[in-house]
Amino acid sequence: MHETHSKEQVWTEIIRPQTGLLDINLSEVWRYRDLLSLLVRRDFIATYKQTILGPIWFFLQPLLTTVMFVVVFGRIAQISTDGLPMLLFYLSGITVWNYFSECLNKTATVFKDNASIFGKVYFPRLIMPLSIVASNLVKFGIQFALFLGIWVYYLLKPGSNVHPNSFILLAPVLLFIMAFLGLGFGLLISAMTNKYKDLVFLLTFAVQLAMYATPVIYPISSVPEKYQWLIKLNPMTAVVETFRYGFLGSGSFSIGNFLYSLGFSLVMLLMGTLVFNKVEKSFMDTV
Amino acid sequence: MSNIAIKAEDVGKLYRLGQIGTGTISHDLNRWFARIRGKEDPFAKIGETNDRTSKGGSDYVWALKDVSFEIEKGSAVGIIGRNGAGKSTLLKLLSKVTKPSTGKIYINDRIASLLEVGTGFHPEMTGRENIYLNGAILGMTKREITRKFDEIVDFSGVARYVDTPVKRYSSGMYVRLAFAVAAHLESEILIVDEVLAVGDAEFQKKCLGKMGEVSRGEGRTVLFVSHNMAAVKQLCNKGIVMKNGSVAFQGGAQEGVAFYQASGDMSSSFEHQGSLDEAPGNEAIRILKFEVVPLRGETISISSGFSFEITFYNHKPSINLDVTFELRNTEEVAVFHHGTILTQNNDSRRGVYKVRGVVPPNLLNAGAYYFKLIFGENQRYALFMTEDTVQFEIVNEALGNNSIVLPGVIRPEIQYQTSFSTLNHEPA
Repeated sequence: MHETHSKEQVWTEIIRPQTGLLDINLSEVWRYRDLLSLLVRRDFIATYKQTILGPIWFFLQPLLTTVMFVVVFGRIAQISTDGLPMLLFYLSGITVWNYFSECLNKTATVFKDNASIFGKVYFPRLIMPLSIVASNLVKFGIQFALFLGIWVYYLLKPGSNVHPNSFILLAPVLLFIMAFLGLGFGLLISAMTNKYKDLVFLLTFAVQLAMYATPVIYPISSVPEKYQWLIKLNPMTAVVETFRYGFLGSGSFSIGNFLYSLGFSLVMLLMGTLVFNKVEKSFMDTV
Repeated sequence: MSNIAIKAEDVGKLYRLGQIGTGTISHDLNRWFARIRGKEDPFAKIGETNDRTSKGGSDYVWALKDVSFEIEKGSAVGIIGRNGAGKSTLLKLLSKVTKPSTGKIYINDRIASLLEVGTGFHPEMTGRENIYLNGAILGMTKREITRKFDEIVDFSGVARYVDTPVKRYSSGMYVRLAFAVAAHLESEILIVDEVLAVGDAEFQKKCLGKMGEVSRGEGRTVLFVSHNMAAVKQLCNKGIVMKNGSVAFQGGAQEGVAFYQASGDMSSSFEHQGSLDEAPGNEAIRILKFEVVPLRGETISISSGFSFEITFYNHKPSINLDVTFELRNTEEVAVFHHGTILTQNNDSRRGVYKVRGVVPPNLLNAGAYYFKLIFGENQRYALFMTEDTVQFEIVNEALGNNSIVLPGVIRPEIQYQTSFSTLNHEPA
């Protein structure tokens, strides 16, 4: 440009065709934090309004799934639960898995679900997936409370094989790993589903399948020694195992696997954010 | 400190026509490969403009091309142009909903855009909750909203229902509330896309008043996209006329409106020059000429009435040919859908047909309209359909001393009879 702004024009913003891969405006995301909290509120209201049982559904859902698992996998298939009470074993797995899978599923379709808003107003798009993770956190909190209630019951009940240990303190870290993994994978997939819609169908199937590749309905000890490494490649494995080890005292804790999951989740989050940030600027043209 | 609020430099936006999502992987790879070699996009043809009446040679089209302009702080700019001229695309770029393909836009201030009112409203939530959510989506913080909350509720006039879920609202209340939030945004630059075309007359007036207040009183910059020439003239001091994705005019608002109305885009006629095969249409129908003219006087006004006349070439012999005219206004409301059968007994012939229709005076309200044409066979099969052949405006006329455009699709001449009498037993 020959007429380079001689008066040293200061622009608050420049809209340009290409943006750098690392051009993420986190301060802008922070400025919109109120929107995040309002979106979480909206999700919560929208979920339980006009249902008879209201928020009770948050309890009922995992409880019914657990009962189903107890019947199908515990009684009929007779899969080992490492000597733990079945209810507790499955509920722990489901609570953890649900959080991850919900974050993933919802984030993956974030463009499609919010196309009408995204097409009309600008705000940092990252707010939407973040609000999904946060709303699910509320849901997780409720389900976790349910788990704690049943856990305390078994703790007090003499003769049940529940022995919590100090690894229970890792729970918050586990929560972060799950959130990062769900968010990271979800962001990555959302960027792709936006263009190639088939992936949405594939995803539902893949998430279901992934549950069986994670020790949710079986303890890792029941997997033949030579295939265990395969299951351990799954970053969710260490999360579920550590959670059970800390709260229930079954299985084992491996610092290696734990750090692997943590590292994996951080890399996923970074990659997902970068790709999402790249795609969000032009997604309206392809949706 | 400069006084330029927005500056666009050679802005362009490329769109791909037709189906997106099938067979694009190969295109994507192709483009990507071209890009890493530093070549031009192989699918973007240079010089293809956004002209919907003629079919382009490639699947890619420039919705905007080489758009440059500067907008000074505190000015109110009307952006006008016919449907598809690139106004909405420009707004989308300015509101950062999508990014440009070429060029840069410099912005100096906080910008808020209203491409729609009530974005993100959730039917299950109360008015209060929606005010907060919508405000936050538009970029306000909770504190700002709380500070302005009473003002917003006052302006909307739905104070009584503020704790009722908005799904129980009438559509009028819904829109009032939505606009009220938007009207209280605190950005220095405000982009508005015809949201004024909502609500009843009283509320419309209130909205226009608020817009004027925002631009003149508070000295904020307003970009206003509209088909309503009267509103543009009233509200704006600057005008930008868009045509086929480029800026055709920029200058004063009055001059802009005049330019637009004279440019042949409005009150217009279409006449094809050149060979028959290039005329808009397909292997069955080719449109040669279509014009809308007032029945009396020079301009089409409410009391002038108008006629429309189409001349087209028919390629299909021995069918029952019919043609339907659908008139739509800028809110996409079908005003009428009316047609005529040209040949009754399977006796159509190859050649030029002409159809003329007359819309009587004092029937339609003022505003911009466009025709959708449907050519049919046996009143069942569509041979060819087109929109946007012509767009025209019916100029408003005062009713009594009410000179604003009145609400309503029609504005018939109504004969009133009034009488007066006193009661037999007058109350004390």
